Amino acid sequence: MTHMTLERPAVVASTRGARTPRRRSLRSEQIGWLFVAPFALIFLIFLVAPLCYAFYLSLFSKGLATGTVFSGLDNYVKAFTDPAFLNGVGFVAGFSLVLIPLQMLLSLAVALVLDALTTRFARFARLMVFLPYAIPAVIGSLMWGFLYSPTFGPLSQITEALGTAQFLPLSPDNIFGALVNIVTWQWAGYYMIIIYAALQGVDPALYEAARLDGANAWQIAWRIKVPLVSSALVVILVFALIGTLQFFTEPQILRPIANGSIQPDFTPNMYAYTQAFSYANFNYASALSFALGIVVFIAVAIFLFASNRKRKGFSQ
Amino acid sequence: MTTLTAPRPTVAARRERAARAGGPRKKLNLVPHLFLGVLILYFLVPLWWLIVASTKDVQGLFGGDSALWFGKTFAFGENLVSLVTYNDGIYLQWFGNSLFYAVAGGLGSTALAVLAGYGFAKFRFAGRNFSMALLLGSVMVPLTALVIPTFVMMSSMSLTNTVWAVILPSLLNPFGVYLMSVYASEGIADDMLDAARVDGAGEFRIFATVALPLMRPAFVTVLLLSIVSCWNNYFLPLAMLSSPKLFPITVGIGLWQGQASANNGGGESLWSLIIIGSLMSIVPLVIAFLSLQRYWQGGLSLGSLK
Repeated sequence: MTHMTLERPAVVASTRGARTPRRRSLRSEQIGWLFVAPFALIFLIFLVAPLCYAFYLSLFSKGLATGTVFSGLDNYVKAFTDPAFLNGVGFVAGFSLVLIPLQMLLSLAVALVLDALTTRFARFARLMVFLPYAIPAVIGSLMWGFLYSPTFGPLSQITEALGTAQFLPLSPDNIFGALVNIVTWQWAGYYMIIIYAALQGVDPALYEAARLDGANAWQIAWRIKVPLVSSALVVILVFALIGTLQFFTEPQILRPIANGSIQPDFTPNMYAYTQAFSYANFNYASALSFALGIVVFIAVAIFLFASNRKRKGFSQ
Repeated sequence: MTTLTAPRPTVAARRERAARAGGPRKKLNLVPHLFLGVLILYFLVPLWWLIVASTKDVQGLFGGDSALWFGKTFAFGENLVSLVTYNDGIYLQWFGNSLFYAVAGGLGSTALAVLAGYGFAKFRFAGRNFSMALLLGSVMVPLTALVIPTFVMMSSMSLTNTVWAVILPSLLNPFGVYLMSVYASEGIADDMLDAARVDGAGEFRIFATVALPLMRPAFVTVLLLSIVSCWNNYFLPLAMLSSPKLFPITVGIGLWQGQASANNGGGESLWSLIIIGSLMSIVPLVIAFLSLQRYWQGGLSLGSLK
């Protein structure tokens, strides 16, 4: 990164020397940078610098007796042997494995149905399914928290009327499903719109040709539509993966009303937040943030690499 | 890329296709419509509960009335009055803060994104390929992992607990830059820019008068998306701000919820404030999305570019 900023003036200077006659391309060089510069500045200050600073901070440890001392990679050794952090990573990994396929299937199914229908009702449904995207995650979690609650929600009234045992979604056994439901509700509509938009870009002549070849609606959906929107599906998967691994808002909001089902180390981000703001342990919190960033980056890079290879394999 | 370049089917062709599909298959359409009906119910239930609950007074809320239907009293007005008067109108302050952060962060980050996207798409300069690779890589960095280091960094400059601590980090939107650059390289013809150059127009005038109008759909989409993400942001302001006067709605309501659940007896009146406050906080964005449908529905297909 510093590499880039340091080298830039040198390169510009040398081009100036080499290409004095071609003024246009020289100007184009500088003007291109002028357009990019404001964003580049923000990028350096609020992405590169915090990453570097987090890494720097993570190399130190704060002890009561010793003060802040350089400790090398000790914080990382501690993080990757810290059951609280590992449990959190395990939770978000398991959560992604359940949530993402469910969410993608739902949004794909809705997008396919909406693409096939052109009624007013379908247009209304498209809007309603998308609506939760406009609702802050804090408010979405609160609303579901109310619905889940035995005091405010309809669940205790329903189980009473049915005469069955009380169903408590926020109990430790059910909290996983309760959170899957909230996140699906919040994001499925957004993913649906992305897939729907991709489907709308497909030339209907393709479907017509398939129909003439005797394909039925299911075959057209699975063999033609789904492969054609596969790049949209990859984008969604990446978004969902990045979002889920940094899970924070929903469990943080449900924590006060979940009666102990959600501990402060429930997800890696919550754990880092607690270390930073409850224990003022910014060195360890930085190590946790940095470690989480690396885990997410590697997970996404592996996924993209794999999906790229697979798709290349298809086309060959 | 495909969605942009592939010719979009005309409306007529779609209608025709729909009419053909609608004829003999009309009966089969019942199942998909039922499916959609069930989904609409699922997606609207929480909102319905919120609307119903916001009309109840404390007795109605806790008195065992039906949770999904209106109670005997209709206290929406009184609830609204106590919401805006509670604690010297702190809720209105939060509302204003949210609006300010969302508009400043959204407009700022979109302006940076449109400039940088155009620069990446239309100019060849040293370090361009490297910067583009860096940009794409940064889309994969979880932004919340940056919150704590940014907090420590800003607190050493005594910038935490100021509006800048929320607005400045919100200006970072690598994905917006990526969308803009894809859109600019597909949607703006080089010939047009060259023609303007031959006419003697300066580069910034060309950007403002030729490129910017062409990028309007992408601009509106990125603006809407970044306003939404600023309005909905929770982790960043939660970490950065400590004085309630600066809170956005999300952090403020989170604060009330913590207080209400910590003190279960006296918190009762706070719960009805939380409910009506939540309802009011989603009104602006819901209105924005319903009225700007034309823009985001077309523009979101940008998200499927690869």
